[in-house]
Amino acid sequence: MSDRIVLQDVSKFYGEVLGVNRVSLSLPPGITSLVGPNGSGKTTLMNLMTGLIRPTRGSVEVLGLTPLQADDFFRAVGYCTQFDSFPRGITGWEFVFDALALHGVGGRQAATRTAETLARVGLQDAAHRKVAGYSKGMRQKARLAQAIAHHPRVLVLDEPLNGLDPMARAEALALFQELGRQGMHVVISSHILEEVDRISDRIVLMTGGYVVAEGNIQQVRQEVQERPMQVLVRCAKPEVLAARVFEMNHCVEAQLHADGGGVFLRTRNLDQFYAVLNRIASEGLVQIEAVAPADDDASAIYQYLVGPDGETV
Amino acid sequence: MTNWSELMKGVLSAPYRTWIAQIVAIVRMESRRNLLTWRSLWVYALAFAPTSIILLHSVVGSGRHSIESDTDVMAGIFHYYYMRLGIFFGTLSIFTRLVRGEMVERSLHYWLLAPIRREVLLVGKYLAGMVRAIALFWTAITASFLLMYMHFGAAGQQFMFDGPGFEHWKAYLLITALACIAYGSIFLLLSMLLKNPMPAALLLMGYEAISSILPAPLQKLSVIAYLRHLMPVSVPTDGLFALLTVNTEPVAPWAAVTGVLLLTAVVVALSAYRMRSLEISYTPE
Repeated sequence: MSDRIVLQDVSKFYGEVLGVNRVSLSLPPGITSLVGPNGSGKTTLMNLMTGLIRPTRGSVEVLGLTPLQADDFFRAVGYCTQFDSFPRGITGWEFVFDALALHGVGGRQAATRTAETLARVGLQDAAHRKVAGYSKGMRQKARLAQAIAHHPRVLVLDEPLNGLDPMARAEALALFQELGRQGMHVVISSHILEEVDRISDRIVLMTGGYVVAEGNIQQVRQEVQERPMQVLVRCAKPEVLAARVFEMNHCVEAQLHADGGGVFLRTRNLDQFYAVLNRIASEGLVQIEAVAPADDDASAIYQYLVGPDGETV
Repeated sequence: MTNWSELMKGVLSAPYRTWIAQIVAIVRMESRRNLLTWRSLWVYALAFAPTSIILLHSVVGSGRHSIESDTDVMAGIFHYYYMRLGIFFGTLSIFTRLVRGEMVERSLHYWLLAPIRREVLLVGKYLAGMVRAIALFWTAITASFLLMYMHFGAAGQQFMFDGPGFEHWKAYLLITALACIAYGSIFLLLSMLLKNPMPAALLLMGYEAISSILPAPLQKLSVIAYLRHLMPVSVPTDGLFALLTVNTEPVAPWAAVTGVLLLTAVVVALSAYRMRSLEISYTPE
């Protein structure tokens, strides 16, 4: 049996809307973080991994199993979704206990495991209260408890740190690290890289439904640096600026803004680009009003990875 | 030949014991979560509305009726109310909640992430709905039946235990169970095919209403056409009642029961097929 999560050329379309496109990944055990802005396809990818949705094209296998092999697949997989909803009228205890019952864990063993799991996430005192009365952080913990109660080998966590206070956040990260050290697959999504980079063995950067970079933190940093980045420069004579920067061999594309008050420039070397731009500004050839990253794709991550002045993190 | 033997081998080696245990767990869980809830209140009101009227009738009208006339009244209530409205809308509420309701409440994924085959999950949910609907309407109809005859004292007791009363009661329970089973399966399927199954349910109601004037082959697709032949007491078919009365091609009782069960089996199989490819898309509904 394979010990990997394998996605092969996976695409998912919701009608004409792209969820993810041509994603191929092979994830070994350890902690993998899916990072990207909202709408980048992280949740879609996780739903595909756990069989909640089917790929339009391609195949998904987790430890050599597909979701159609439900008995074995879902014993191996635990999924803490982002959906902040629960069956009506349920208590935290019932929520975890019922999940174990569906896994075929009965009576006393289920009760013991429920108590252990709720204690592990710090919900033991609120176990018999209705989930509807929980705070957002407590509901997050309840979902986490339900996902780990059956001791899965693959744990998929969609934005698991949302709603947690700093203390609970640190505890959750410590728990994920512990599970990763035990040889489990822990797949975590986040739109904030700083949240997960310290504990991640691998990072998968996503944007617009595509995987734009994948690997350990150094590899990702390298890939992002090599990727042409788009910058919008607001200025009085955009065509002059475009002609000037196009003389640089790392500038691969220039496009005038529709209102004629700026130019989109795509460069392979952001550091050099900014240096040249400063020179042009100081020469007084073009009066520059504003400069901003125009890439929707992971500009925040880029800034974090290479730093605002180009220094590495 | 090989395919056939492989299929047989697969059928014989299927983990039936596990599936049964999973179904029992689903039924137990569904029952605990849904049996006594405030949002079910109107379904209980629907089931027990005639019971409360009969209670009033037994208190106020005691001594002013005969067992024969009350037997006709009971048959009328069952035919015109329970068969046409009560069970129809009761099962609509119970069975559309099983999958569509959980989709709306965004809690269906918890079921889909359990190590249970989708088909087994569907059967478990269907059986949970069936148990709930049958338990509810059997209780309501039994209470109505008892209240209808209790106020006759010894004569009522004799009618129920030594006369035809017991057979009538059994027939009403059989029809109720079959109606819950059949309508439940249809509403479950509709709720999985349509975001809002209500218009389709109303169309079905219209179809059931006109089934008596449809050609015989189309009548075979009507639940009420089968159930009508199991009625222990015939109901008046003149005047305004003629609009609500089902008159269909005669069918033997065994054929009626078999017909309903076959129809149900086909619809549940279609639902299981749909469940297999169901995806979670919690869009606003």
